[in-house]
Amino acid sequence: MLPKDNRADPKNEDVAAQRLVQRVARNLDREAFAELFDAFAPRVKTFIMRKGASPDLAEDLVQETMINVWTKAGFYDPAKGSVLTWIFTIARNLRIDRIRRESSRPVAELGDFDPPSEAPAGDEILARKDEARSVARALSKIPPEQMEILTLSFIEDLPQAEIARRLKLPLGTVKSRMRLAYGHLRKNLERPN
Amino acid sequence: MKIDHHLDAATLVAYAAGTLDEAFNVVVASHLDWCPACAEDARRAALMGGELIGGLAETPVSEECRSKTLSLLDTATLHRFPKAAASGGEVPGPLEHLLGGKLLAELPWKRKAPGLALHDLPLSETSSGKLFLMRIAPGTAMPEHGHGGEEITLILSGAYNDKFGRYARGDVADLDESIEHQPIVEADAACICLVATEAPTRFKSWPARLLQPLIGI
Repeated sequence: MLPKDNRADPKNEDVAAQRLVQRVARNLDREAFAELFDAFAPRVKTFIMRKGASPDLAEDLVQETMINVWTKAGFYDPAKGSVLTWIFTIARNLRIDRIRRESSRPVAELGDFDPPSEAPAGDEILARKDEARSVARALSKIPPEQMEILTLSFIEDLPQAEIARRLKLPLGTVKSRMRLAYGHLRKNLERPN
Repeated sequence: MKIDHHLDAATLVAYAAGTLDEAFNVVVASHLDWCPACAEDARRAALMGGELIGGLAETPVSEECRSKTLSLLDTATLHRFPKAAASGGEVPGPLEHLLGGKLLAELPWKRKAPGLALHDLPLSETSSGKLFLMRIAPGTAMPEHGHGGEEITLILSGAYNDKFGRYARGDVADLDESIEHQPIVEADAACICLVATEAPTRFKSWPARLLQPLIGI
């Protein structure tokens, strides 16, 4: 079980979650899967409902997201991001797919082109812990006007043009704030502290 | 493949957030398939999203949803198989899907102007963008034009030059909409590009308006 207080430290949460994903990938471990479900499904539900989905539709998509976690566990690659990021990418794609399915044409699924990953080495897990810490530190120091853009992008799922309209800013300003925010992050990742 | 022209960081952030229109998503994912540097940037941008999402409150999930999900695992296991490896490598993986296994030369290209052929790619109806392949004959000079809208171009084969340099296989032109340029295709081979644009009605600059009825893009 992921201890609840791990929420306070996303890095430990991620290492624990990576081990669970590994157990699912290697052994079809249902107990590990149930732990992943309990740890992530409630936040996935919040995320989907923020886009205006009803609780029923949200649970439908939660179920679909978590089934994808089960079937795609072997594709999870810790070098590419945290388990949280991976699960939310799945949720986001499914939400988009759901909209598309309501239109007629089938569309290729993006983001499924990676070969199954090898298990991460211990030092890779360590490096990723440091990285996650740097990301948290970088975000804590980001100017509010850049943070606003990031929140509207990642949490509210608004496209650039929509953010520009909402904030009554030129599109170019929205883009340059995104660039600055990312540049700030990259600097922190390349030269921590 | 040596790649000199990369994606705008703002585009990578939007991609990581999943907010790009489908047409742009295909072009970005295609470039990332070929460009480890941009793929690394996209990965890092996604970390920011993970950090933000990690702070989301929890909404309780019903016991019914939980038990139903767990009961579906056995059936779902049957679908656990690795995806087929991308074949050939003529085009990036995300594009390969859209071509239905055809090679670029086998597509039903539509000739739009001397030296210019297009092939439209299908998108879902909810997409507000347009996605197409463009084949420009060797030595062709495109008229000087702006775009008057968002546009991203990935070079799949051949090369062209404009005031920003040489664009060859793997390079991406993720240009600000205010920029005007005049690409000239190199003499030895046709240049084939994958292009995402906003809906055609968004083209507003006069050269584009002039071109639009002629070439239909």
